[in-house]
Amino acid sequence: MTTLLLSLFQFLLLIVLAPAVNWFIRKMKAVSQNRVGPGLWQVYSDLWKLFRKDMVISETASWIFHAMPFVLFAGVLAAASMVPVLCTHSLFGFVGDVILFVYLLALGRFFMALAALDTGTTFGGMGSSREMTLSSLAEPALLLSFFALGFHAKVLSLEGMIAHFSAVSSMQVLFFTSLTFGALLIVTIAESGRIPVDNPSTHLELTMIHEAMILEYSGRYLALIEWGHQIKQLVFLTLLADLFLPWGITGTCGLPALGLSLALYLIKVFSLAFVIGWIEIHSAKLRLFRAPDLLAVAFVLSILSLLGQLIIGRGV
Amino acid sequence: MALFFYAQILLHVLGGIAGFLFEQHGEKANRATHGLAVLASVAGVLFSLGILLEGKSWVFELQGSFPVGALRFAAGPFSAFFLLIISFLSLAASIFAIGYTREFQIKKNIALLGFFYHFFILAMLFVVTVQNAFYFLFFWELMSLASYFLVIFEHERPEARSAGTLYLIMTHVGTAFITAAFLLLYIHTGSFSFDVFRAAAGTFSPVLKNVIFLAALIGFGTKAGVIPLHIWLPQAHPQAPSHVSALMSGVMIKTAVYGLLLFLFNFLGEAPGWWGHVILAVAILSTLLGILYALMENDLKRLLAFSSIENIGIILLGVGMALVFKTLHQPLYAGFALIAAFYHVINHAVFKGLLFLGAGSVLSGTHTRNIESLGGLIRKMPWTAAYFLIGAMAISALPPLNGFISEWLTFIALLLGFEGAGAGRHFFSPILASLLGFAGALAATCFVKAFGIGFLGKARSRHAAEAHEVSGSMKLGMGILAVSCLGLSLAAPWVLKVLGTVSRALSGGDVPMEALVQKLFLISPSESSQFSPFLTAMILLGFLAGTAILLRMVLGKKLVRVGPSWDCGMPGLEPRMQYTSTGYSKPLRRIFSFLYQPTRRVELEDEGHEMLRTAQRFESKITHPVDEWVYRPLANLVATFSKKAKQIQTGHIQLYLSYIFITLILLLLFLGGRSS
Repeated sequence: MTTLLLSLFQFLLLIVLAPAVNWFIRKMKAVSQNRVGPGLWQVYSDLWKLFRKDMVISETASWIFHAMPFVLFAGVLAAASMVPVLCTHSLFGFVGDVILFVYLLALGRFFMALAALDTGTTFGGMGSSREMTLSSLAEPALLLSFFALGFHAKVLSLEGMIAHFSAVSSMQVLFFTSLTFGALLIVTIAESGRIPVDNPSTHLELTMIHEAMILEYSGRYLALIEWGHQIKQLVFLTLLADLFLPWGITGTCGLPALGLSLALYLIKVFSLAFVIGWIEIHSAKLRLFRAPDLLAVAFVLSILSLLGQLIIGRGV
Repeated sequence: MALFFYAQILLHVLGGIAGFLFEQHGEKANRATHGLAVLASVAGVLFSLGILLEGKSWVFELQGSFPVGALRFAAGPFSAFFLLIISFLSLAASIFAIGYTREFQIKKNIALLGFFYHFFILAMLFVVTVQNAFYFLFFWELMSLASYFLVIFEHERPEARSAGTLYLIMTHVGTAFITAAFLLLYIHTGSFSFDVFRAAAGTFSPVLKNVIFLAALIGFGTKAGVIPLHIWLPQAHPQAPSHVSALMSGVMIKTAVYGLLLFLFNFLGEAPGWWGHVILAVAILSTLLGILYALMENDLKRLLAFSSIENIGIILLGVGMALVFKTLHQPLYAGFALIAAFYHVINHAVFKGLLFLGAGSVLSGTHTRNIESLGGLIRKMPWTAAYFLIGAMAISALPPLNGFISEWLTFIALLLGFEGAGAGRHFFSPILASLLGFAGALAATCFVKAFGIGFLGKARSRHAAEAHEVSGSMKLGMGILAVSCLGLSLAAPWVLKVLGTVSRALSGGDVPMEALVQKLFLISPSESSQFSPFLTAMILLGFLAGTAILLRMVLGKKLVRVGPSWDCGMPGLEPRMQYTSTGYSKPLRRIFSFLYQPTRRVELEDEGHEMLRTAQRFESKITHPVDEWVYRPLANLVATFSKKAKQIQTGHIQLYLSYIFITLILLLLFLGGRSS
C-alpha cells in the first residue's frame, strides 16, 4: 500500500514539478540577458490561464486536431508513469521496458505531426516535416543508449536499470556510462526542443519546429500540449539524474531516506536543468541540416559505449 | 475438419468458373465469384484455426502412377499458420472486392478477374501444403502466372504491361534458382518428396549445402522482394487491382518466407554461422532502403509496396537471428526469434492488407493514387480515413496496436544476440536493433506523410474535392482487418502460445511457453524484460479518458469559436499553399542525398525580363542505385548480346534448316569422338 502511494506521489511530483523546471531555465535565460524574468508562480498561472480560455479552432480542422492534445498528454503520462523518481519503484514500470517507453513518446509525436497537417497551413506542414525528420534521427540514438545501459544492468526495464545503477559503486557506473550520458543528453536537448536543435521561444518560420506544429492551438488544448511537453522534458532530466547520478535513490519506503532522496533529486534535476540552460544560453541554434550531425554524435557515443563494454567486459 | 479444406478448394474452383456463367451480367458475375471467394475463405479460416488450436495435422495422399511420386498434401501447424493468413486476408479482400470491382463491371470482364483471383489463392493454398518438390514448383509457377495476369488486368495502361513483363522476368529468374535448389536436393536424395528431404537433412557435404542455401536464398528472396532482388515489387504490386495488391503484398511474398524457412530449418540440417549473418545483412538492407524509398514516393500504392520490402526485412531479421541461435545451439532463443518472425508475418499481412484496401478505397473514391492531388479526405471519406489511420499507426509500430508487438519481439530477439558470452556475443546485434528503431521512426514519418497529406488539410485537386465514401462491403472488408490490428495486440500472450506450436512444428526445438508468457505478460527468454500489451492499452485508455473527464469536470464545457487558419494577415489561404508530399520528405532527401542522389530541374519562362515570369516548371528525381548500377547494365548487356545474335538471323527458312543441319553434324562428330 505504501509502495503504491509512494509510486503515485512520484508520478504526481513529475507532473507538478515539470513547469517549475521549465521556469528555472527561462529564469536563467532572463538573468543572462539582464532581464528580471518571470516569478515561479508565473508558469503555473500561465497554464491555468490557458486552461480557462476559449479556443479558436480552424475550420479546416478534423477530429484529429481535437484528439491530439489528449493522445499526446496520455502518451507522455503513460511514459512518465514508468519512470522511477525517488525510489526504485514506479507506478506502471512493471508493464513494459525502455522500448515501450520510447514508443509511447512516439505515439504522441505521431499525432502531433498529423494535427499539424490538419489545418492546411504551410507552418504546420513545415514543423511536422522537420519534427519527424529530426526525431527519426534521434530515436536510434536514444534506443542504442538505452540498450548500452541495459546490457550493463542486464535488464531492459527502467526500474531494473535504476535499481542496478544505484546498487553498484558509482565510479564504475561513471566509467562505463559516461559516453552514454553524452548521448542521452543530446537526445534530451532534441526531444525537449531546446537550442541548439530547436528554439522554444521563436516564432520565425525559418527556425521553428515544435512551435510551428502547434501554431493553430489555443486555450485548454494548448495548455495540455505545453504541459505535456514540460513533463516530457522533466522525464528525460529525471532519467539522466537517476541513471547516471543514482545517489540517494532508496529501495525502501522509510521516511527519512525518502526525504533525503527527494532533496537530492531536486538538486540533481535542477543542476541538470542548469546544464541545459547553460547550453541554451551559450550556443546558437544549429541550421536544420546541421542538427543531424549532432544526433549522429549521440549515436556514435552510444556505439562507443557498447564497444567499451565489449572490450572491457560487462563490468561487475 | 478436413472437410473444410476440401470445401475451400471446391468453392475456389467453382468461384473461378462461376463468373463465366454470368459473363453478360457484370453485377451477377461479381457477386457469384466474390461471394464464393468469401465462403471459401471462411472455410479456410475454420480449417486452419482447427489445426492450429488442436495441434493435429492433416494429410491427403493421391496414389497412382504419377511420374514423380505421389501427390501428397499435408498441413501441420506450420502450414496451417500460412493457410490461416492466406484465408483470413482473402476473406477481407474478397468482401472488399464485391464493392471495389463494381467499377470494372461495365468495361472489363469480371469473370476473367474472378478466374485468375480464385486460382491465385488456390495456388497459394497448395504451395504451403504440398509435400513434393515437383508439385511445389508447379503450384509456385501457377501462383506466379495467375498473379501476373492480375497485374496486367488493366492492360490498357502501358505501365501495367511493362510492370507485368518485369514481374514475369524476375519471378522466373527466382523460380530458376528455386528449381536449381530442389534439383540439387533431388540429385542427392533421389526423391522429390519433402519427407525424404527432411530425413536426409544433415547428410550433405558442406559445399553442396552452401550452394543449395544460396540458390534458395536468391530464389525465394526474389519472390519476397528483398533488396537487391526487389525491383519488380514496387512496379508490379501497385498495378494489380487493390484487393489483389493486398493479397500480393500481404501473403504472396510470405509464401517465399515459407519456402525459405523449409529449407533453412527442415531440409538443410546444421547451418554454418555465416548463413544467419548473410540473412541479417540482407534483412537490414531491405528494412532501411525499403522504408527510405517508400518515404520518397508520392504514389500511395507504390509507397505501400516499398514499405512491404521494409517489412519483409523485419521478418527476415527474426529469421536471421533464429538461424544464428540455431547455430549456437540455443533452442529457446531460436524459437523466440522464430516466433517474432511469425508474429510479424501475420501482423504485416493484416495491416498491409488494410492499407492496400484503404488505398483502393481512395482510388475508387477519388480516381487517383497521387498523394499530391489528395487532401481533406477525412471529411469526405471518414470511415476509410479512420481505417487507414489504424493501419498507419500499426505499421509505424505504435502502441497499443499489433505492429508494436512484433517489433518488440524482434527487438528482444536481436538484443539476445548480445547477451551470450564469447563467440556467442554478437556486437552487431544491438546496432541492428537500433537500426530497426530507425526504420520504425522513418516508417512513422512515411505514414504521417501518407495520411497527413492525403487525408488531412484541404483538397488539393478536383479529384479530392469530389471524393465520396466507399460502399458498405468495402468498409466491412477494411473493418475486419482494422479490428484485427487491435485484437492481435490485446490478445498477444494467447497468439504467442499458438505461434509457439508453429515454431515447434518447424524447428523441432521445444520452446517452453511458460518461460515466454505469463498471464498478460510477454517475457524475454533471458528474463531481461517483460511487457504487457493489454495493460499498456488500458493505461493509455485510462490516461486518455481520465484527462478528458477531469478537464470537463474542472473546467466545464469547452468554448470554441471556429475561424479560418492563420494566414499571416494575408487573406486567401489556398490549398496549393499547403505542404506537399515532395516537400514533406525534402529534409530527409537532403540528409540522405548520398543515397538518393537527387537531381532537380527548374525551368522558368518569362516575357523578356526575369521579373515577368509566365510559367515555372519544377522536376525532382531520385536515383535508385540498384536499378542504375546493377539492372541497367545487365539489361544493356542482354540487349547488346541480342543485337549481336540478330546478325545470324535473316528470316529465311533455308538458312535455319542449314543451321540445324550443321549443328547436327557437329553433335554427331562430337559424340563419335567421345565414343571412340
